[in-house]
Amino acid sequence: MSLVFAGVCSHAPGITGRADRADPAVREEFYANFFRMGRAIKDSGADTLLVVAAEHFANFFMNNMPAYCVGMADYYEGPIEDEEWLGINRFRVNGNAGLSERLVNHVMNEVDVAYAQEWKFDHGIAVPLHFLTPDYDLDVIPININCQGPPLTPLHRAWKFGQALRAACDAQPEKIALVGTGGVSHWPATPDSGKINEEWDREFLDRFVANDKDALLSYTDEESYEKGGQGAFEIRTFITVAGACEGRPGDLWFYAPIPIYAVGCTVATMQVA
Amino acid sequence: MSLYYVQKLIYELNRDPQVRSRYEDDFEELLKDYDLTDEELRAIREPDIGLLYVLGVNGQLLMHYAALRGYPWDDYIQSMKDGLDEHGPVRAGLYARTGGGAI
Repeated sequence: MSLVFAGVCSHAPGITGRADRADPAVREEFYANFFRMGRAIKDSGADTLLVVAAEHFANFFMNNMPAYCVGMADYYEGPIEDEEWLGINRFRVNGNAGLSERLVNHVMNEVDVAYAQEWKFDHGIAVPLHFLTPDYDLDVIPININCQGPPLTPLHRAWKFGQALRAACDAQPEKIALVGTGGVSHWPATPDSGKINEEWDREFLDRFVANDKDALLSYTDEESYEKGGQGAFEIRTFITVAGACEGRPGDLWFYAPIPIYAVGCTVATMQVA
Repeated sequence: MSLYYVQKLIYELNRDPQVRSRYEDDFEELLKDYDLTDEELRAIREPDIGLLYVLGVNGQLLMHYAALRGYPWDDYIQSMKDGLDEHGPVRAGLYARTGGGAI
């Protein structure tokens, strides 16, 4: 049928793994908006959830790093991390290999992507699913953009990838939800963990909510690294969602820096029609 | 300097149950499969988490190796800070691009 939902959210492992160390009031408001997004996906009637993630060397390593990869398996498992460390129990969730193959074939008219018939979710997908589909009863298709380190796909290609994904989704009979997950600024797993550039985050989110293509694509990786840390490379996942919804605005449901979670925690949606 | 193989060892420890099993059974035998310098071997064996950070290991890999070796989160973060004090700026990899450590 078409793309029926689009949004973005954070995925930092501290959100679940260090859950109790945040201010309870802020945490509960964040969680409530995360769960609200899950209900919105369900209310959209989506059959399948595409998660555009920025995984962290769980499946893809520097021996063969794809710029873009789409999962094409019947099922996926996660989390790859220690369950206690992440605060999420092991799960298996159904994929939809047939839909994946149709999407890949369509997307490759515009953007070359790799595919993977085996994929172990790390926190980049496991944390969002924990809130968005906690019973793991919605088919999931993982998509990865290398955001861990250079060479990185240019931002304008991430936008183009979003457009290609949108065209591919709109050509399918299924109802599809799209969620991008990543930064904005953060310095995860480094001595600067907990540092958050709120001003930079809010400016980026303003551009995202306005779906201002030129402004979103004007960042350089050097600027992102300086202002937003290595985690800011993950703005590619947000830009992909914006590209998929070109010309339509978004709505910021929640943003708050939560240092013990090591990221400015974000939940936002974008109009698909 | 063979940062690639240090990171590959940790990557495979994180995701491959057979590699994890070999780590538990005979770590020294496992280490022979990777092209590592004496300094890297020392940092992995001890472990010296701060030195591994300074050598350039990506935190997304290193945090899991630290957890595997029994480091609580706060100790892991402190180890990297101590490593910068003891060994100097990050020498290679992504974090070396801005001089290492704090920006």
